[in-house]
Amino acid sequence: MTPLLQVENIAKFYGARIGCTDVSFDLYPGEVMGIVGESGSGKSTLLNTLAGHLTPDRGAVRFDTRADGLRDTVTMSEPERRMLSRTDWAFVHQHARDGLRMNVSAGGNVGERLMAVGTRHYGDIRASATDWLGRVEINEDRIDDRPSAFSGGMQQRLQIARNLVTGPRLVFMDEPTGGLDVSVQARLLDLLRGLVREMGLSAIIVTHDLAVVRLLADRLMVMKDGHVVETGLTDQVLDDPQHGYTQLLVSSVLQV
Amino acid sequence: MIRVENVSKSFTLHNQGAAVIPVMRGGELTVARGECVALTGASGAGKSTLMRMIYGNYLTASGRIMVGDLDVAQAAPREILELRRHVLGYVSQFLRVVPRVATLDVVAEPLRAVGSSEGEARARAGELLAQLNIPERLWQLSPTTFSGGEQQRVNIARGFAHPYPVLLLDEPTASLDATNRATVLALIEEAKARGTAILGIFHDEAARDQICNREVDVTRFTPGLAA
Amino acid sequence: MNPAMTQSDQDRHEDRGMNDYNFAYLDEQTKRMIRRAILKGLAIPGYQVPFASREMPMPYGWGTGGVQVSAAVLTPEDTFKVIDQGADDTTNAVSIRRFFQKTAGVAVTEATAEASVIQTRHRIPEAALSEDQVLVYQVPIPEPLRFLEPSEVETRKMHELEEYGLMHVKLYEDIAQHGAIATAYAYPVKVEGRYVMDPSPIPKFDNPKLEMAAIQLFGAGREQRIYALPPYTQVVSLDFEDHPFEASKADHPCGLCGAEDSYLDELIVDDAGGRLFMCSDTDYCAARQTAGHRGADAAPVVEGMA
Repeated sequence: MTPLLQVENIAKFYGARIGCTDVSFDLYPGEVMGIVGESGSGKSTLLNTLAGHLTPDRGAVRFDTRADGLRDTVTMSEPERRMLSRTDWAFVHQHARDGLRMNVSAGGNVGERLMAVGTRHYGDIRASATDWLGRVEINEDRIDDRPSAFSGGMQQRLQIARNLVTGPRLVFMDEPTGGLDVSVQARLLDLLRGLVREMGLSAIIVTHDLAVVRLLADRLMVMKDGHVVETGLTDQVLDDPQHGYTQLLVSSVLQV
Repeated sequence: MIRVENVSKSFTLHNQGAAVIPVMRGGELTVARGECVALTGASGAGKSTLMRMIYGNYLTASGRIMVGDLDVAQAAPREILELRRHVLGYVSQFLRVVPRVATLDVVAEPLRAVGSSEGEARARAGELLAQLNIPERLWQLSPTTFSGGEQQRVNIARGFAHPYPVLLLDEPTASLDATNRATVLALIEEAKARGTAILGIFHDEAARDQICNREVDVTRFTPGLAA
Repeated sequence: MNPAMTQSDQDRHEDRGMNDYNFAYLDEQTKRMIRRAILKGLAIPGYQVPFASREMPMPYGWGTGGVQVSAAVLTPEDTFKVIDQGADDTTNAVSIRRFFQKTAGVAVTEATAEASVIQTRHRIPEAALSEDQVLVYQVPIPEPLRFLEPSEVETRKMHELEEYGLMHVKLYEDIAQHGAIATAYAYPVKVEGRYVMDPSPIPKFDNPKLEMAAIQLFGAGREQRIYALPPYTQVVSLDFEDHPFEASKADHPCGLCGAEDSYLDELIVDDAGGRLFMCSDTDYCAARQTAGHRGADAAPVVEGMA
C-alpha cells in the first residue's frame, strides 16, 4: 500500500542550532501519529516543516496526491502547495485565533475554504456550514456570530470545522487541546477521535500531553533536542519505553 | 494460530543506573484454533508480560511470535494495528476509559473499527451488555463511574464484540459474581466453538479447569526461577 | 527651453504664457514612467501596477492618481472633460479642469460626446463611450481585498495565486447579515476571468458599463497603483448563483428630464422633506432637456427662451 505521507531525512536548522534532524517515517491512510516532547524538543519545528510553513534544509516530504501520486511537497511550487493546504491538508493551530478570521462570522469561517475552491451557491455554502457546526457541536444559531464571541473550546471546535469542511486527508494539529479547561479538552478529544474514524483521516499531532496522545494516536514519536529518540506503537512506547528519556517522561506523568 | 518461538525480554531502567532486568528467556508456546490455553505461574513470573508481547504492547528482544502469518516481534506498527483491528483481541485486566463516551459506544467501537454501521454495532453491543447484566439505563453513561465489576463486564463485552480469530484474556472472571462468571465462561466456550484460539490468564482455578484445554507454566521461561 | 520638446511645441507653449509648467505639469520622465505602468496595466487587465506617484499640487484624497494618469495621456489636441459624481460643476471637477487648462492648454468641454479624455470621480457617464475616448478613474483604495486582509504581502499573494475565496466571504457575510449583497458601490469584479478588481467607488448600477468600447484607466495616487481595462474587456461582477448581481437603482424617473435609465441623485428641496430625483450625470440630463424631454419637476418652458 502507498503511504499517504513519506517523510525522508528531514532536517531544519536555525544557524548552528538544530531545530530538528534525521526525521523519517511513513504515515498511512487512517493512521494518527503523535509527536511528543518537552519545550525545545523540536516537535513544533518538525510539524511546521512537514506542513510547509517552514522550508527544511534537507530531506523530502512526499504526499500521495490524488492526481499525480507521490509528490515531494518541499520542491512543489508555491501555488500547488497552497492549494494542497486548502484541500487535502488541514492545520489546526494551538491558538484558535491563528487559525480563524476573527472578524468573519462562524458560517463565513467554515465556508471560506469552500468558496476558495470555487463553490458559488450561497444556499449550499450555508447548508454545509450549518452541518459542520453541528458536527463539532456548535449550536446552529451561532452561525452568524463572530468567533470573538465564542469560548476557547468553541473557537477550537470552529477551527476544526473550518479545516475539515473540504474533506482533507491529512490533518496537522499543534497542541490542539493546549490552554483549554480539562472538561473542554475531553470533549474536544472525543470529537477528534470520532472525526478521525468517520472521515478516515490521517493526522500528525504535536503535544506535550501523554494522555492526549494515548487517546488519539496510533503511533508515537518521542523527540528530544531535535532528534527522534524513540518511535513505535503508542501503547508500546508508553507501556514499554526503551529510551531513557521516554522512560523519564512516562514516569513523570502524574496519576489522577 | 499463535506460535511463540524462543522469545526473550528484559527491561533496562536507564534512570536507575541502567539496571537490566531479564524477565523472559526461551519462551515457547502454541495455541491452535478452537483451543483455550491457560498461562500459569506465580505472580510476577511473566504471564501478563508474555501476553503483552504477543499483543505487541511490549517489545520482544529475540525470537518469533507468530499470530496467523504475522511475526509480531518484527512487524511494522501498521501491520500490528491491522492485526489488532481484525484478528487479535485483547481483554486486559483494567478498562481504560475514554472520558465521556457512552458504554454502548465503548462496546461498539471494535465493530465500528472494522466497518460496521453505527446501528449494527450498537445492536450487537446491546446484546452483549444485556447478556452480561449491565442494565440498559446505564448504556448511555460513561463507564468511569461504574463499579469494578461493572467495568470488567463492559471490558469483556467490548472484547467479544468483534469475533476475533485470536483472543487474549487477562483475568476475565476477576471481580465477577457467580452468575456473571458463568456468562463469561459461556462466551468463551462459544468463541472456542467458533474456532477462536484463546490464550488466558485465570487465577480462578475452577474457571480454568472448566474451559482450558491445557496449561503452560511461564515459570519455565523466567530467568533465575527456572527449575 | 525644454530639449524634449520640438521647436513648434515650444512656440505654442510660450504663446500661451505657461513658462513655469511643463506640458500637463509633470516632467517628461515621470510621464514616461506612468505610461509604462499604463501599458503594463493594459497588457494585464485588472492587475494593479505599482508606480512612483509624484507629489502633486493637491493633497492625497483629491484625485492625484487620476490627475497623474490624465497628465500622462493628454496631448495638446485632446478635449478634456472632468466629472465628479457625474457633475461637471462641483468644486473638484472645476479645479481639475482649470488645472489642465492652465498647465496643458487643452480644450475643455462639458459634453461627453465631444471629449477625448474624461476624468471621473465615482461615476461612469450615462452616454455610451466610443473607441476614440479614454476614461480616467480616480481611485481611493485600489485593493478589493483590503478590508478583509490588511496585509499587503498577503493580498499580493492572493492575486498572484488567484486565491479569491475571501472575496466571496465578504459577499457571504453581506447576505448573512442583510439578506442580500449589501455592497452598493465599489462592487468587486472579475476581469477576463483572472484578476479581481475594485472598479473605484462607482455605484454598482454602473458596473455593467465597465464593458465598453473606450480605454479605461484607473489611478490611485496615495496608494501608488495604476490599473487598466482595454476596450471590450470582459468584466463580471462577483455574485452567488442563487444571489445574482443586480445593477439596481432607485425606482424613479429623473424629475428634470424624465429619464428612466440613468443613475439618480436625491435632493431634499425644502424643510418639509420634499425630494427631487435628478440624473447624477449633468451633461446627460442637460442634453435630454435640450432635446425636449421634460420630467415632472422640470421648470416650465417659457416661450422665447431656448
